[in-house]
Amino acid sequence: MSSEMEQLEYAISEIMEIADSFGLDYYPMRYEICPADIIYTFGAYGMPTRFSHWSFGKTFNKMKMQYDFGLSKIYELVINSNPCYAFLLEGNSLIQNKLIVAHVLAHCDFFKNNARFSATNRDMVESMSATAERISRYELAYGASTVENFIDAVLAVQEHVDPQLIKPMRYDKRQQMEEKLRRAKDGRYGQVKEGAYDDLWSLDVNPGGSAAAEAKENGVQFPPEPEKDIVWFIQEYSEALEDWQRDIMSMLREEMLYFWPQMETKIMNEGWASYWHQRIIRELDLTSDETIEFAKLNASVVQPSRQSLNPYYLGLKIFEDIERRWDHPTVEERRRFGREPGQGREKIFEVRELDSDTSFLRSYLTKELVRDLDLYIFEKQGPEWKITDKTWEHIRDQLVASRVNGGSPYIVVQDGDYLRSGELLLKHQYEGLELDLKYLEHTLPHVYKLWGRPVHLETVVEEKRAMFSYDGQKHVRKMI
Amino acid sequence: MPTPDRYNFVVSKEDWSLHRKGYQDQQRHQEKVREVIKQNLPDLVTEENIIMSDGKQIIKVPLRNLEEYRFIHNYQKHKHVGQGDGSSEVGDVLGQDSPKDSGKSGKGGKAGDQPGYDYVEAEISLEELEDMLFDEMELPYIQEKDKEEMETESIRFNDIRKKGLMSNIDKKRTILENLRRNATAGTPGIHGISPDDLRYKTWEEIIVPRSNAVILAMMDTSGSMGAFEKYCARSFFFWMTRFLRRQYEKVEIVFLAHHTEAKEVSEEEFFTRGESGGTICSSVYQKALEIIDSRYPPSSYNIYPFHFSDGDNLTSDNERCVKLIGELMKRSNLFGYGEVNQYNRGSTLMSAYRTIKQEKFMYYVIKEKGEVYNALKRFFHKREGGAAS
Repeated sequence: MSSEMEQLEYAISEIMEIADSFGLDYYPMRYEICPADIIYTFGAYGMPTRFSHWSFGKTFNKMKMQYDFGLSKIYELVINSNPCYAFLLEGNSLIQNKLIVAHVLAHCDFFKNNARFSATNRDMVESMSATAERISRYELAYGASTVENFIDAVLAVQEHVDPQLIKPMRYDKRQQMEEKLRRAKDGRYGQVKEGAYDDLWSLDVNPGGSAAAEAKENGVQFPPEPEKDIVWFIQEYSEALEDWQRDIMSMLREEMLYFWPQMETKIMNEGWASYWHQRIIRELDLTSDETIEFAKLNASVVQPSRQSLNPYYLGLKIFEDIERRWDHPTVEERRRFGREPGQGREKIFEVRELDSDTSFLRSYLTKELVRDLDLYIFEKQGPEWKITDKTWEHIRDQLVASRVNGGSPYIVVQDGDYLRSGELLLKHQYEGLELDLKYLEHTLPHVYKLWGRPVHLETVVEEKRAMFSYDGQKHVRKMI
Repeated sequence: MPTPDRYNFVVSKEDWSLHRKGYQDQQRHQEKVREVIKQNLPDLVTEENIIMSDGKQIIKVPLRNLEEYRFIHNYQKHKHVGQGDGSSEVGDVLGQDSPKDSGKSGKGGKAGDQPGYDYVEAEISLEELEDMLFDEMELPYIQEKDKEEMETESIRFNDIRKKGLMSNIDKKRTILENLRRNATAGTPGIHGISPDDLRYKTWEEIIVPRSNAVILAMMDTSGSMGAFEKYCARSFFFWMTRFLRRQYEKVEIVFLAHHTEAKEVSEEEFFTRGESGGTICSSVYQKALEIIDSRYPPSSYNIYPFHFSDGDNLTSDNERCVKLIGELMKRSNLFGYGEVNQYNRGSTLMSAYRTIKQEKFMYYVIKEKGEVYNALKRFFHKREGGAAS
């Protein structure tokens, strides 16, 4: 073994010792040193073992080009799995690797302990590999371009899943839907509420597929309540899909559910990792050269950028602010909340466990932080992008709004039997953010392909309700 | 002192050279880009800024089908949160969408980083476009010409050696060698050039097949030929010239404009001048025959007469036209007649030409711009076993 590897191993054990003393709680670590194109492949696919698709190739090409031109550099990649895989870029210096090793340990601690991740599949590396293999077998059976076109359509709606953390009565999605249907029917006929165990009967009453038909028969709206999980709803109730297609949808949905918590906690997760790599490296004995190199790299990671908000920086600043406010509460905080001094560390560990970006920002982005970070709201006025507001509450709320639903528009299945002819009505839960209409009209044909019948989407344009429809031939756009 | 065993981790470095997934999917994406460009060929063939250019620029092809469409928010219409350096104030202008880009692509302002406004365009050079277009095409009825006439010898300096003729000495490389030797010896500088430093250029004899082709571009410039008709003809001749230049070392074009009488004109005149009056097509065929007989002996030239007209010929002239085309075909590889007939008028010329049943005679009626591509493909499509060279 080269002495370089020995040095790295020694550094890692040293860093782990420090991390342990701080109370970080992570999975066993697997560090793998990779050449740049491999790191960028993993970056584009999100996972080393993911299935093949041209869109990943496109992303890979773009990322790799930026690397080749020296515009951006990924130093590491960490996978939420047990054991936890972390990929280090070949050619990193020892001090760069020290920072990265500490950084990924904190990411892993976050994966392991944050509530949003509690349901993620820690064997996803293997699951994705199995998925990739199954998809390539479908390619052999049904033709590569058939499968590719179908995946194109699924990817168009992939963000629209429902990452339920709490499953009522531990029902799976289908059981929940049956339950809702039963309640809707009961409500309609005014029947008395049945006994506590009656729902057990319903578990095996409706085997597959019949839910929609039965709802129709009973004159109950289907789905009884708007359904957020569009992917699941289509995969379950579309009449246009073959078994292999349902299988692909359900596998891609699992992958999205796996990635979802990462989308919901980007600011926190990066803030947490940056907070800890700084604290851990401070404990190490560094030469003055190493200290300077560390400072440079650290600055490049957490530097604020004028164009967009750097999640590393924002997250780091909020965590530091929480720690300070719980270490040194003001007189008022002590009186009103009974907050005792010196609880900073404890508090940030609690926050990393319970919050996601939306609640993190809503609860801990204070007036002082907004001022110190010099945050502002900007928007387009005519051809110019202008700063239009510096009111701290507005800034906080705007940031929260941009992180709702991982940043994707919140769209639900409103009616799976629209116009009583099996058409699909989606509804955008409009809260002030309009949809990109060009993208909307190009996405509907994908949904049509999955549903097999005309599809509609209701949203709001220029403060008026609007309906976009696609029937396989043409688009219709009307105000309602 | 920590020991590695106490901590649960492994560091490894494996051979990843067989992990090609990223490159494979990248290639698949590039294939899709090519497919899109191919689908766009009919439009690109008549793209104005290609036809009117010197042929050196990069062409942008929008890749609408290769965007990953999803439901997304409209970035332009939203408020966003940004971060300043401590001195930001309401009213500060952060950026601007240049008027050219507005509503099209988001290069200005912030929109550039947003996926929603990342309008994908593929850039290809005219050469790549030619490769793609000409890949589907082939020169029909190539005829063997006299061998002696078709080959020339020439020499090319392409190697450097330590031995050679003094007159072929390569001064630059000789001095470089001297510099290098002196530097190694610890006495840098140019001095004491020894025979060891001398470098000579040497050559190789190559035999270049000399092949010539001539296009007789004939066009009706009578009053009935409008801008659209001329543009279609122009696009066609643009690509045809480029195509033939790939096949032959030297391609000459003779421009012949005609109404009731024919004249040899310059390229510029050919495409720009318009005249009033009737049409007598036989005049130009007669002229073409004269030019072939006086300047381009069929024994050493591949001859391609192409005639563009709107078909509105003097009826009594048609018979003579058919006869002259027969004469032309005896001397040529191929005779092409392109009729630009936007409104589907009855064409006197076409009705006469339909009776010509000869392989070498080809015609195509262009009704809209996109069909220039079809015309090219009709004239130069790949023939099964037909094209022997």
